This record gives sequence, structure tokens and C-alpha cells, in this order.
Amino acid sequence: MEASNTIKITYREALKQSLREALQKDDRVFLMGEDVGRYGGAFAVSKGLLEEFGEERIMDVPLSESGFVGAGIGAAMAGMKPIVEVMTINFGLLPMDQIINNAATLLHMSGGQLNVPVVIRMGCGIGRQLAAQHSHSWEPFYAHVPGLVVLSVGTHEDARGMLAAALESPDPVIIFEYTSMLNMEMEIAKDVPELGISKAKVRREGNDISIITYGTGVHKCMEAAAELARGGIDAEVIDLRVLRPLDEETFLASVAKTHQALVVEDAWCSVGFSAEIISRIMEKAFYELDAPVKRLCGVEVPIPYPLHLEEASVPQVKDIVNSVQKTLKP
Amino acid sequence: MSSSSKKSKTLDPEKGQHLFYQMLLIRRFEDKSAEQYTKGKIRGFLHLYVGEEAVAVGVIQALTEEDNILSTYREHGHALARGMEPGGIMAEMYGKQEGCSRGRGGSMHLFDASRRFFGGNAIVCSHLPMAVGMALASKKQKKNQITCCFFGEGAAAEGEFHEAMNLAALWEVPVLFVCENNQYAMGTAIQYSHAVLEIEKKGAAYGIESTAVNGMDLMAVMDATDKAVDKIRKTGKPYFLVCNTYRFRSHSMFDAELYRDKKEVEEWKKADPIPAFQDYLLKQKLITKTELEKISARVDKEVQEAIDFAEAGTWEPLEDLTKFVYSEK
Repeated sequence: MEASNTIKITYREALKQSLREALQKDDRVFLMGEDVGRYGGAFAVSKGLLEEFGEERIMDVPLSESGFVGAGIGAAMAGMKPIVEVMTINFGLLPMDQIINNAATLLHMSGGQLNVPVVIRMGCGIGRQLAAQHSHSWEPFYAHVPGLVVLSVGTHEDARGMLAAALESPDPVIIFEYTSMLNMEMEIAKDVPELGISKAKVRREGNDISIITYGTGVHKCMEAAAELARGGIDAEVIDLRVLRPLDEETFLASVAKTHQALVVEDAWCSVGFSAEIISRIMEKAFYELDAPVKRLCGVEVPIPYPLHLEEASVPQVKDIVNSVQKTLKP
Repeated sequence: MSSSSKKSKTLDPEKGQHLFYQMLLIRRFEDKSAEQYTKGKIRGFLHLYVGEEAVAVGVIQALTEEDNILSTYREHGHALARGMEPGGIMAEMYGKQEGCSRGRGGSMHLFDASRRFFGGNAIVCSHLPMAVGMALASKKQKKNQITCCFFGEGAAAEGEFHEAMNLAALWEVPVLFVCENNQYAMGTAIQYSHAVLEIEKKGAAYGIESTAVNGMDLMAVMDATDKAVDKIRKTGKPYFLVCNTYRFRSHSMFDAELYRDKKEVEEWKKADPIPAFQDYLLKQKLITKTELEKISARVDKEVQEAIDFAEAGTWEPLEDLTKFVYSEK
């Protein structure tokens, strides 16, 4: 029997393997964050790494998001390669001053003298009944800021391979990981390919409509596309992956092929990331379109606790299917 | 002061004269900057260091070239004391590409990576966590390197001050926190912003060795910093030095100074660190009147050269607008 070239792996395990590999590869890399060591990571992503690498490399930090993210920035300026974990994006407003006013700005303010090669990971997303203060999709806030590289890990492949690429960046990288996907299992290639962090990816090729998304939207759109295929609609699914600097070529080329587009995201609609995608399509591919571009986004409400209301707050597979069907078969 | 008399034994004429030169350079550079501001040559915010010279000069003389320095938006004095070129600083304030940050930063963002001078940071207190991180890197890299971080007493009211102190103590990293207590956070006097006026007491809460010193007395600042730096190099642990000082000029050039009495300013001017140190040098026969005149002439010449350099500087072409947002590949 031929050895399989793929492995079945959870999103959590993929993230952990990427961390372990980064720590093995480069002595300058260290992980710091709340409960990353003795507790094993709030979501068990770093479980076992403290025992393996010791407390110099796996640093538990006090609840001082601004303090330790700032320290990560300083350590990066001084020649280290810190991976800073902010337990969840929900606490991500506290270090936002450090991220925007320092990490994203120092290269420019210093006239190109200072690099800040820090990697900041945040667990995020909606879907675990955690209510309004622990259910955030703030990718658009960070994607607004020049100087940052902003990554959204929407697949197991990226969970396994994106960190390595992020650590190669001379500039600060924010990585959004999705806690609702941690237990999901997928088949991925055994050998991690070099993924890069400059291009979006077509996750499913199709000819009828371009569904453009990121984060948890990727698996939802893939599921929707499979269902649509059963009804004879051939959807293309594009995973943006890199929210800044944005690769527009990939989705513009897709729109030029399908002439229809739907943008899907969990984040609140107004001034959201979908607005940016749609603007670019208007500016650069307007005459390719057969119909107005649509978007499915988060409903503009603090996320409620009850499951049925939470589910209604963000686009679900059925909403994506319905939207596409309405567009293509009015 | 006993510490001053002890120090005088080790202060040789050459070093004494150099420190005097540095303080005078800062003073006249700042006075000239104010002039250039009123002429419209310098725009934006301009925060001058006049009156506080003994702090920058007294602290930085204790550091080596390997040590890191981070400062605030009132950092011209620190940059000059670090040995950065006056011309590069003035050109920066003019916004010319020959400036020390290629004109991208201006007065509040002076940088010189080659001298390990890391700004020029204008969000009050946000550089303290970075300083702790740089010191953490030194520790991890096993370098004999101190990170010196200047900030005002206004910063000590920020949450990040407390986070940074806790992290530095917890991680035992070699950072020298220098609080320049100039009595005013912009226009708010210390008694209106701090429940405890002795800022140095805040170090004790984190188990950080802390001292307060008269920041108008160069010898006292030197002595206190030398001891602090020795301690940090021996223990690898942080140290908190509070220099009580005063700015003679307004907060920035926009400030009408409605919040303080002119008499108070005049009172503090009696403690001007520059004439005091000059008298000291003369009394100790570490300088002659002729040498003083020479230093004065040299400073005037260098300040004028800085202006000339800035005037002759060039504007970055518009095509370069989006440079330095991401590293060039």
C-alpha cells in the first residue's frame, strides 16, 4: 500500500505544530502570552510546549495586554522573534495603542531605520455562546492600519503553515485564529508547503459566482458551495487570507471570470471589510459584473448569548446558499 | 551635598568641560529652535527641554554606546546628549530628508538606530513596555546592555507605567526608568494628577530599588545615575530614578501658560543647572574663563551650522510618500 501523503489533523494541533516548528527552527523565537505555559494555553494550543522548550521560550505573562504586547514589540526591535499571544481578540483593544502607534508606525517614523518583526496571535470569532464581550470579529479594525500585515487563518493548511511565513516578515504581523474551529478535523498535506503571506487563495474553482470571504467564512462558504453544486450552481470560493496588504488580483480575476460576486464575513457590516472588497470591485471590475455585488455580514448588534440569536447574528451556510440562489435564479 | 563632593574627586577637567558643553548646546539649540518655530521653519508640536538639561546630560554620561535609550516627545536634549548631530536633529524638525528620521518624524520623533536612540515617542508612556521588551531581549541574548527609558511624571499616572514596572521587576530585566518630574503634565500640576507626590515611592510597590534626586544639580544626577547603572549591571534588575526638575519654557509652543505663576518660574530659574555647574567648574578650577568662552563660541557655531544644514536640506520627493510603511523587499 502506498503511504498516504496527507494527515488528518485538528485546527488546534495544526497551530501547535506550527508553533513547535518555529521554536525548533530559530533560537530567537519565543512565545509569550497569558496562560500559554503552565495552563497549556487558554485553548490548549500551546499545551506541552513549556515542558518541551522551558520557561525562557514559553513565557507566561501577567494580565497586562498593553504591557506584554509592548514588550514583544521592544524585544522584536532588539533582535528577537517574539510570538505574542493575546488570549483572545476580545482583549485586543487594550494593546491596540501599542500595535498601531508603535508596531505599525516605528519603521515610518524612524525613516526606515527600525524594523518590528513581531508576530501577534489572537483567538477570535463568534459561535461558542460567549456573549457580547467575548464574541468579536475585529479583523477590520486592524486591517485599516498601514504598516501591519494582517492574516486570517481560515483553513487547516494555513493553521499549519502561516506562522512560519509570518516569522519571515520584517514587519509586524497580526494573526487571527478562530476558536470555533479548534476541534475541527481536516486532511492536509503531510509536508507543509511554503504558503507565503502575500496572496489570496482560490479554495474552490467555479464559474458561476465568486464568493469572497475569510476566517470562519471559508469553511461555511465551502459547505455552501458544495450544496449549491448539488443544485447545479458552480461557485468559486476565495479565501482572502491576507487582509493587509490586500491581494486584489485574485478576486478581481475571479470576478472577471464569473461576473457575479458575494462577500461573506462575520464582522459587522457597516464600514466592514466587505465594503473594501466591494469598492475595489466597483473601481476595477465594474464592467465585468452582471449584477450588483452582494454582501452577507454580521448583524449590527452586540452578540447575544442564546444560541438561536447568536446564530442569527452572523451569516450561516443556509444564508449563503439562499443569497447565491437569489442572485443567480431570481 | 556629600555626594557632590565625593563626585568632584573623580570629575576631571576634560569630562567636566564636555558635560558643560553638552548642557550649553542643549540650551542654545532649544532657544534657537523656538526662534525657528516663530519664523515658521519648524511646525507641528515643539516641546523644549530648557531647564531640564542636567537630567539628560547627567544620566546619559553614565551609559555606554551599547546601551539603549528611549525617550519622550521632549527629547532634543537626550538626542544631543547621546551625541546625535545637531544638524540632523534640526533638519528633522524642518522636515528635510537629511533629518535623523528622514524628515518623517519631526521634533517628537528623533531616531538614530546607530546610536541606539529609539525615539522620540509621543504617546505618553507607550514606550515603557517597549523599553522592558528591549531589556528582556538583552537578557535573553546575554548582553551586558542596559535600556534607559526617560518619561515624565505625567506618564507615571498611566496604566502602562504600572504594567511596565511590574513586568520589569517580574522578569528581572536591566532597565533604568528615569522619571523627569518637571512638575507639570502639560498644564496640570503634579498635585492635581498624583495622589502620592513622591513618584519614587511607586517603585517600592514592585520591589524596584528607587531613588529621587535633585534634577537641577548635574553632579547629583550623575552620582545617582552612576550608582543606579552600577547596580543594574551587577544585578540585572530594574532601577527607578526620579529626577525632580522644572521646564522653564511652556509645555509646547502653543501654550499660553495660564496654569502657573510667573513667580514660580522665576523661583525655579534661580536653580538653573547651567550657571550652577559653571560656577562649580570655576570654583574647582576645572575650567578657565577663556575655556568657557571657547565652549560658548563653539556652541554658537554648532547651532548656527545646524540651522545652515537644515536650511540647505532638501524635501523628499512626493513619489516617495508611501515609503517606510513596509520594509523594502
